[in-house]
Amino acid sequence: MAKEIQIKNKKKISRDHWTAIAFLIPSFILILVFVYGFIGWTGYVSLSNYNTIVPDFSFAGLKNYLYLFKDFRFQADLRNTLFFTVLFIALVIVLGLGLSILIDQKLKGESIFRNIFLFPMALSFIVTGVVWQWLLNPSTGFNHFLKFFGITPKWYTDTNIIGGFQWGSIEFGLPVAIIAVVIAAVWQMTGFSLAMYLAGLRGIDESMREAARMDGASEFQIYRKIILPMLMPITMSVVIIMAHISLKIFDLIYAMTGSGANFVTDVPGVYMFETTFRGNYYANGAAIAIIMLLLVAVFIVPYLWSSRKGDNS
Amino acid sequence: MTASHIGKLIKYLILIVFAIIFLTPVYVMIVTSLKPLDEVSLADMWTLPSAIDFSSYAHAFKNLAPNLMNSIYLVVPATLLSALLGAMNGYVLSKWKFKGSDLIFTVILFGMFIPYQSILIPMIQFLRTIDLYNTIPGLILVHVVYGLPITTLMFRNFYANIPDEMIESAKIDGASFLGVFRHIIIPLSITGFVVVAIWQFTNIWNEFLFAVTITTSDKQPVMVALQNLSGSQIVQWNVQMAGALLAALPTLLVYIFLGKYFVRGLLAGSVKG
Repeated sequence: MAKEIQIKNKKKISRDHWTAIAFLIPSFILILVFVYGFIGWTGYVSLSNYNTIVPDFSFAGLKNYLYLFKDFRFQADLRNTLFFTVLFIALVIVLGLGLSILIDQKLKGESIFRNIFLFPMALSFIVTGVVWQWLLNPSTGFNHFLKFFGITPKWYTDTNIIGGFQWGSIEFGLPVAIIAVVIAAVWQMTGFSLAMYLAGLRGIDESMREAARMDGASEFQIYRKIILPMLMPITMSVVIIMAHISLKIFDLIYAMTGSGANFVTDVPGVYMFETTFRGNYYANGAAIAIIMLLLVAVFIVPYLWSSRKGDNS
Repeated sequence: MTASHIGKLIKYLILIVFAIIFLTPVYVMIVTSLKPLDEVSLADMWTLPSAIDFSSYAHAFKNLAPNLMNSIYLVVPATLLSALLGAMNGYVLSKWKFKGSDLIFTVILFGMFIPYQSILIPMIQFLRTIDLYNTIPGLILVHVVYGLPITTLMFRNFYANIPDEMIESAKIDGASFLGVFRHIIIPLSITGFVVVAIWQFTNIWNEFLFAVTITTSDKQPVMVALQNLSGSQIVQWNVQMAGALLAALPTLLVYIFLGKYFVRGLLAGSVKG
């Protein structure tokens, strides 16, 4: 009988399927044009001589890319992005995981703590930048207290490079000033990993911990041997999402420090903005943008691909 | 017994220390913004004001009010439109899957992660061509388009939790594609709409790159105006702090009153949902 109905409805269902596709088409076309088409267009600009106010789309080959990779500022940007990304992700994960484990201990007032650690997520990077610019100002801010301990870091005004050695045209190493920006970014984004881990911890069956306790495992062992491995997929997601945020970061640094002396806090996002929209070097800006896109794609494409596979099974 | 008490105490202590660190910026913002002008000096950054003075708010508000309005004109339509389109896409991609629909979803989703720098130059040329450069509708268009991936993802994950049997039985009763959407999906989507709307509201309100490149002076949303305020040498920093608080207030209020939905949106933003 069910089969009969199916046959009767077949014509209508297929018409409905066409309606469904029609529902999706406008958005899909918008994405094709505004995401993929525009990326192609940017790629085209990046291969042109459009480094002028008047558009000039004559073919320049890889000239702009070669220029960038020799450019002191861009080399500094890549260095800063590398150290920023590594420090930022490591701290967001360690803090988010640590705090979520503490909050998950069934303590009183856990929701208060959770809300406090999460609220910066609701703020704009601009607000964060404006405030932390003052908090990490070397002459005031936290140094007001730190000076009692005899420490007065120069924060984002420090031009030193830790472990620096000459590589290309820059001094390669960890720029001290980047640490200040990392602190602000971690303050803002720890809530994300905290929320993710907390959701993961809540999803772990209490009976598993019970069983491990019965077997004589200590709390520490339970976390190390059982809980952390179970949270691995969450850690992967956090790493990838934080990595893509950090690779394209612009507003926080633009509001908080700008490029900094010797470009110690400059990043590709800031360079792209300034060279394109303040300097009219459109082709150079486009080349930076394409490099940023490729860096992000290295993380995102495998991630999307694997979650698509996971969906199908 | 005592060991577990000490353990508990240490846990509380760590949490409290971190909570204080996390709240420090708020303390400085509030304290500074309430100080009268003659108490605003970098040396007194941490001290409480001797008397509460709202003049920096008046000053900041006078500067930011037009931009706050711009942000509202931008955020409301952009949020509603991107949520609606996201619901339509999510409905198709979860309940009317067809050959290739998963691929289409992945193709759409990629747009969520791109650095917007990589589409910005064509976008501005395009907006100039259609006369929407330096307009709020231009910004609305941009935010609707680039909001599609995340709203589609959120609604798709949301609708995946509605049992297929409900849809099937409605179909057998003769409901069409649109009928199911109107009479079954939409009524069940209220929470989904709240989550998506809050997420989009927060993101669009806080967005800076599009705002600073697509609009100039009197069309700029509040975050650009705040950045200009703090970038200028003549503005006292108590005014900057008051401005930062004013600009952050709408999203903070949403977080305070609807935090549960905000967190759900945040979790839905990770692809697997």
